[in-house]
Amino acid sequence: MSQDQVDTSKRRFLLAATGAVGGVAAAGVAIPFVGSMLPSAKAKAAGAPIEVDVSKLEPGAQLTVEWRGKPVWIVRRTPEMIAQLDQNADKLSDPGSEAQQQPEYCKNKTRSLKPEYLVVVGVCTHLGCSPTFRADKGAADLGGDWPGGYYCPCHGSRFDLAGRVFKNVPAPVNLVVPPHRYVSDAVLLVGADSKES
Amino acid sequence: MSQVEAVRGWIDQRFPLTAMWKEHISEYYAPKNFNFWYYFGSLALLVLVLQILTGIFLTMNYKPDAANAFASVEYIMRDVSFGWLIRYMHSTGASMFFVVVYLHMFRALLYGSFRAPRELVWLVGLGIYLGLMAEAFMGYLLPWGQMSYWGAQVIVNLFSAVPFVGPDLSLWIRGDYVVSDATLNRFFAFHVIALPIVLLGLVVVHIIALHEVGSNNPDGVDIKKIKDPATGIPKDGIPFHPYYTVKDLVGVSVFLILFSAIIFFAPEMGGYFLEANNFIPADPLKTPEHIAPVWYFTPYYSILRAVPPLFGSQFPGVAAMGAAVVIFAALPWLDRSPVRSIRYKGPVFKRWLAAFVVVFVILGYLGIKPTGVWGTFPAGLPLLGGAPVATLVAQVCTLVYFAFFLLMPWYTARDTFKPVPERVTA
Repeated sequence: MSQDQVDTSKRRFLLAATGAVGGVAAAGVAIPFVGSMLPSAKAKAAGAPIEVDVSKLEPGAQLTVEWRGKPVWIVRRTPEMIAQLDQNADKLSDPGSEAQQQPEYCKNKTRSLKPEYLVVVGVCTHLGCSPTFRADKGAADLGGDWPGGYYCPCHGSRFDLAGRVFKNVPAPVNLVVPPHRYVSDAVLLVGADSKES
Repeated sequence: MSQVEAVRGWIDQRFPLTAMWKEHISEYYAPKNFNFWYYFGSLALLVLVLQILTGIFLTMNYKPDAANAFASVEYIMRDVSFGWLIRYMHSTGASMFFVVVYLHMFRALLYGSFRAPRELVWLVGLGIYLGLMAEAFMGYLLPWGQMSYWGAQVIVNLFSAVPFVGPDLSLWIRGDYVVSDATLNRFFAFHVIALPIVLLGLVVVHIIALHEVGSNNPDGVDIKKIKDPATGIPKDGIPFHPYYTVKDLVGVSVFLILFSAIIFFAPEMGGYFLEANNFIPADPLKTPEHIAPVWYFTPYYSILRAVPPLFGSQFPGVAAMGAAVVIFAALPWLDRSPVRSIRYKGPVFKRWLAAFVVVFVILGYLGIKPTGVWGTFPAGLPLLGGAPVATLVAQVCTLVYFAFFLLMPWYTARDTFKPVPERVTA
């Protein structure tokens, strides 16, 4: 091959090789930049489990605590409220909590460790608004046959007092039950169950 | 040779200043029949400059920190000299940007400006529109009011609906488990640096692409076909400067009168430009009664709400909303009419375009209101009993919206058309 001739196949090979190596380098450099946008160590630490004393909660009342910046509701359900849960079944879209919205140990009738206490993340499964606690059974503005539960003011989703979603509302699934366990009879730990920690 | 010419000559040997001036301004030949609809390109450029200018000055006093952001905006409004004016110019400018851009895009629909050979002008323009939406969305979080916070919460949560990677994706966008200081800080970075650079770059590409192929006009005829044999200049073309610079100055004057009227007399525009809830500091534990995006996003928000969840997932609605924006990109290949301009198109296209405008406005209106705005169907009605009327209307409008695009190859190919003249009309 004379000196003036261009070896195009060699050029193509070098181009491809340079491009490939450069591409790998670019992808490698992207890692720290993309990674820097993940939650920082401080944000992760702030998301650690929290302890709540539930013994002072009045029956029928709700306590809101903050976990990972989200509201977590703890409701001490009255026996009437628990009884009402059974009657809601045919109006709910997932009465048996089939969707993975709760830890396995809360996949039961009351969606809780203890029937008395409901623990759910207070963020609507539709678009992340925080629904309103409406335990006032039969409220006129919610249609008279309102069994008590949660009403989302954003797009009208409704949940019962086990955080189960009603039919024909925008929210697709039940409210999330966070991992939790009882440290003692009075103290609840939100954010971790026996599997972790 | 005067001194000015000497300096110009010195520069021209080192940088193509005169050549660029000629190519893009004094010897860029635009069709002579531009009308009212051709004001909005230059107005969009004006608003972009205004936003950058006012934005720079807002940055001097704004604090991108969840603890201080809300108070720093109030500080700008109350204590900084002329801070209220600069802030209202910026907030009004955001809404007016969309007014101008929507009219600019509608002009393209009217006169077929997106069609060959202007596909890239259109696609780059759509890129600007998407960049503008991101810019507006991130900017809206910065005042850290209730609507800022919860609007961002809802929109970022849309990404959680993406199959498989959704929850991790939204966590990555927020940089925290909820919208928080980390989110505010990064949105600030995108809003003041990243996106403005992208937008400016795209605007330059948009204009270079336009000047490469030449401007369309209300008749949709190609003025480059008939040129003066002596000069090679299109017979129906006039130099952009002085003819259209002067015309655009009139548009700018009228626009600035309206713009000032809003800033001085109705800066909140009855809650449409600045929502009342945004004058309450962000509270992560308390959702406002009704969350609505700012008016320029509401047509898409309506589409999101209109699509029911499928298999327990919000994704279909999110996908429909995204598709509603992105589908504009297909327009150059959907329009099969032999003519560009609505002046020579048949009645079928005109009816479809009218229907599109009507549903866009209805969807926009419904997006501002709660779904219960028009009440519910009587409970006894089969299928529809108890369902909100507004949801059904939004669903019908969504279908018409997509039909306008998806059926376009079919109805434009079958529609009648009038003969297009050789030269532009007066």
